[in-house]
Amino acid sequence: MSAPGSVAAATQALLTPGRLAAVALSLLVLGVLPLILPPFDTLQVSYGLILGIAALGFNLLLGYTGLLSFGHSAFFGTGAYAAAFLVKYWGVRSMEAFIVAGVLASLLVAALIGAVCVRYTRIFFGILALALSQVLWSLALKLFWVTGGTDGLRVPTPTLLGGAFTQAFGVQTDKTAFLAYRYYYYVLAVFVLATTVMWVIVHSPFGKALQAIRDNEVRAEFVGVQVRRYRYVAFLVSGAFTGLAGVLWVPLNGLTTPEVLYWPFSGRIVFMAVLGGFRTFWGPIVGAFVYNYLEVWAVSATVYWQLVLGVILVALVLTMPTGLVGTAGQLLAWLRRSRRA
Amino acid sequence: MDTLVIHVLNSLFYASILFLIASGLTLVYGVMRIVNMAHGNLYAVGAYVAAWIVGLAAGSFPPAALFLLLLLGAGAAALAGAILEPTMLRPLYRRPEEYQLLVTFGLLLILEDLLRLVWGPYPLTASAVSDTLGSITILGATYPGYNIFVILIGAGAAAALWAFVYKTRFGVMLRATSQDMRMAAALGVNVKRVYVQAFTIGCFMAGLGGAVVMPISGAVLGMGVEALILAFVVVVIGGLGSLEGALVGAVIVGAVRTVGITYFAEVELALLYLIAAVVLFLRPAGLFGRA
Repeated sequence: MSAPGSVAAATQALLTPGRLAAVALSLLVLGVLPLILPPFDTLQVSYGLILGIAALGFNLLLGYTGLLSFGHSAFFGTGAYAAAFLVKYWGVRSMEAFIVAGVLASLLVAALIGAVCVRYTRIFFGILALALSQVLWSLALKLFWVTGGTDGLRVPTPTLLGGAFTQAFGVQTDKTAFLAYRYYYYVLAVFVLATTVMWVIVHSPFGKALQAIRDNEVRAEFVGVQVRRYRYVAFLVSGAFTGLAGVLWVPLNGLTTPEVLYWPFSGRIVFMAVLGGFRTFWGPIVGAFVYNYLEVWAVSATVYWQLVLGVILVALVLTMPTGLVGTAGQLLAWLRRSRRA
Repeated sequence: MDTLVIHVLNSLFYASILFLIASGLTLVYGVMRIVNMAHGNLYAVGAYVAAWIVGLAAGSFPPAALFLLLLLGAGAAALAGAILEPTMLRPLYRRPEEYQLLVTFGLLLILEDLLRLVWGPYPLTASAVSDTLGSITILGATYPGYNIFVILIGAGAAAALWAFVYKTRFGVMLRATSQDMRMAAALGVNVKRVYVQAFTIGCFMAGLGGAVVMPISGAVLGMGVEALILAFVVVVIGGLGSLEGALVGAVIVGAVRTVGITYFAEVELALLYLIAAVVLFLRPAGLFGRA
């Protein structure tokens, strides 16, 4: 049996009718949301999709390779600042140019940080990624004549697909309308593409090798997996995904500040993955949506929103370590078993 | 000559504060294999409690007594540690270390806002302590006396910690637990108690650092998060889990910060991380790390 054939067979086994139906239904719901929801909530869904991409990228390391990075703000921020620099210094307004530049820039940053970090595992990996990501933060903060310092850089609404949308549907100058409709569908399309790519990656032989490294590094090495090289590639892919999320985030937010490079932002990405459940593929995406709503709610409800989120995180780790998706899966399995009994 | 003396003293001053924070972090890691992300916030707790108590007592207490009141800041951080370890960390020792890191990150968020809740969003200061010492002339350079006091506290704390870990019976148990927790438990060491004691001492050191720095820089929100990153750089350079490493790392970082702030303030932090990266490249476990 040839390797590609077995992969195709395995893929077919994974794409059960039930799963495909669930994905189709989710896509349908996401597709009609802007028609039902008020613009504010559509924007929140956009934020959820974007943070979902970031968490998905992050989870390739935590969930699939077993590396907990506390430095992913570096990639998110690099994506955001790459777009902002294009606007400020070259007058570029094309979203596609932002994406190309942002992903390339975050790949470069991941290549540099990863070269040091993947030599380590466990806690060392985490705090090293954290410390190195703070180099970028301190530069963004201190080199204010380039980066705008704490004020950050503004990013106006970009043109999508070279203005094809605008020509097809007539010019809409209202920013909210742009963000809540055209930009929402743009983000959704990129999200679907990114999720598909990530799904293929984690189910590919490469993804399986990463999981082997996660479960037992020594055995993986014995089977012939080049552990450090695989970790490095996983780090690059992870950084590129999180960078992509940063690029998509910046037109929505309209502004990028050093805060997205500061390490508590990395903590948020970690939070999302844990909230949804990092042992599952969909967990981080669910976690990103829920976290975003949770934060919006907590910030509007109290100035002590960090306290609220901290209590939730501690409670989650102590009582629900498999996250929302993991716990839901366990409940479902338990229900099935009790029905059979 | 004057500038040189002042630079050296400033370096030692930063190094003292950094050592107080980093030694606690490294002690906790060495014994319990936990990196406490809330460690910087315990440093902030020390600063806030000290500022609050000194603020209440200033005027009614003789200035000399105010110095002793600073210890209450360290005591408050130690108390917080003694409560947090059994309640928050103990249930997680059997879980993968990611969870331990996460729970301490949650504690960081909680402590950060608790400080805001109790003492409000504005900085607290109590310079009555530092004012009493005036300034001292050393080798022709005029230098604040309180900073000298902080340097002495840092040196004293390093000596006391060394004697404690290497010369006392408790220190033996501490090192035994650090090297092989199961074997130590099998030989009759009460590991649970050693853990809570090590964590409490670690928090005490952080709190002491916060308390002694408070008369100079005040107690402000965000000081913990900032201090944590610098402490990480110190322990990464020195080697996580090594007290000697924390001392040497603190001196290096203190010196680089002093020179950096004066001559190249823009890239001072970046340079520190670069040094940490170079050290790790040459010696993966840090200068004094074991593995």
